Amino acid sequence: MDLVQKNLLEQVAGLHEIPEGAYNIRANGNKLGRNTTANIDIVTKTDKDGIDIIIKPGTVNESVHIPVLLSQSGMQECVYNDFYIGEGADVTIVAGCGIHNCGVDTSKHDGVHTFYLEKNAKVRYVERHYGEGDGNGENIMNPETVVHLKEGAHMDMETTQIKGIDSTNRVTRGDLADGAMLEIHEKIMTHGKQFARTDFAVDLNGDNSSCNLISRSVAKGESRQEFFSIMNGNAACAGHSECDAIIMDQGCVTASPQLTANCIDANLIHEAAIGKIAGEQLIKLMTLGLTEKEAEEQIVNGFLK
Amino acid sequence: MLELRNITYEVDDNQENKEILKNVSVTIKDHFVAITGPNGGGKSTLAKMIAGIIRPTSGQILLDGEDITELDITERAKKGISFAFQQPVHFKGLTVKDMITIAAGREMSVGDICDILSEVGLCAREYIDREINSSLSGGELKRIEIAMIAARGTKLSIFDEPEAGIDLWSFSSLIKVFEKMRDEINGTILIISHQERILNIADRIIVIADGELRQVGSREEVLPQLLHTTSACQTLEEKL
Repeated sequence: MDLVQKNLLEQVAGLHEIPEGAYNIRANGNKLGRNTTANIDIVTKTDKDGIDIIIKPGTVNESVHIPVLLSQSGMQECVYNDFYIGEGADVTIVAGCGIHNCGVDTSKHDGVHTFYLEKNAKVRYVERHYGEGDGNGENIMNPETVVHLKEGAHMDMETTQIKGIDSTNRVTRGDLADGAMLEIHEKIMTHGKQFARTDFAVDLNGDNSSCNLISRSVAKGESRQEFFSIMNGNAACAGHSECDAIIMDQGCVTASPQLTANCIDANLIHEAAIGKIAGEQLIKLMTLGLTEKEAEEQIVNGFLK
Repeated sequence: MLELRNITYEVDDNQENKEILKNVSVTIKDHFVAITGPNGGGKSTLAKMIAGIIRPTSGQILLDGEDITELDITERAKKGISFAFQQPVHFKGLTVKDMITIAAGREMSVGDICDILSEVGLCAREYIDREINSSLSGGELKRIEIAMIAARGTKLSIFDEPEAGIDLWSFSSLIKVFEKMRDEINGTILIISHQERILNIADRIIVIADGELRQVGSREEVLPQLLHTTSACQTLEEKL
């Protein structure tokens, strides 16, 4: 691994070195390293680019890291990763993509992650996206996450995109059986002329299933963000979505939530708030001795923390 | 020492000039000074003006002899002015620990924050990681607001109606906080209040009504009149 790749790895996976436990590191389209454990198997797909991650039933307290690094300008790829989580397993999966583009060509990573959670399986899924580069090449990422939750399964998903991605179209699809729970926390910050679109669609098919979707974003410069969410309550379920955005400079945010209750016992809520930083927040921090710029930074950092 | 010289503040109200403050001059040099008077009389405006949030139409503000009229909020904060809002501001994502640390202007250990929070009667373990949002009650937010001022420990601390928006039970313990602060804080405490128990511990009381300075004096001089003349302050009398 070279220095550029090491830095990317730290940004997207919080790792300084090769992680412990199961991992698969992909760099510029090639396998850079892989480790499997007694309970977690990682198998390269034969029909298309990507891997299958198979976690045995009852596996607890284990983690899987699958970072993707792109440091070659102009590198474009589309990867399919499937996760099979056995009954009663409880694991953490850390995925992420870091692009370092120092050239003039467009670098692009499209990833389709499909999760199959068996009964009562529990997954904490962390996904970080990061881009950097000193050239004029664009960094594009289009992650797609598809989640199938069986009875009593629980998925906690945290996605973060703070820097350097010029264009992103994030698609998330989910279907939930009885008693399943899907929790999504999304954080996005865009600047310059960046564009980010997030598109959620969740079917709450089982009784007592629930989905909580929280999106917090900051749009600076002339960047644009679009937030789409569809929640279908097809049973006695609870759905909540929240889109909270701060706009700065000439930033623009659109929020289009859609809730459909197909069952009399479906309980669906959406909240959306878009606006600039409240003047009184700035004033309060300035009376504590911060300059206006420092106050803005504190507010934005706290908001996306 | 804070000196206000001929402070006037006018606003344009439907193309009509309205004077919120009329030629107010007063020198504040005692340890614990209370400003009182009817609602809408200009007290909060005056406090915001000292903190730099509002600029006077005319007049001068001097802090320890230095003219700070043209300084902005940040510069005044750095000169040693702190201001506790009447309505504490909510922050999504910022925690009690974050705010106390920002207020103190240095890295704060859990122990340091615990010291500050216990000053205002809050248990650090319970509050340190709480977000400053509507999950906290009015009384809790007020205490945290006061704790930020305590963390700064500046030479001038202004409190705008600390009793506003909190119930009587919380208020009686808040009074203890101010009594303690009076004994421990160096520098001047300037507090806007309608509460007799606050006025009772003031070294000096300033009465402002209709944008004018009505009276300045020791509590022995001012309090009896406040309590017994209807013309001086009707609102206050209704409250007491």
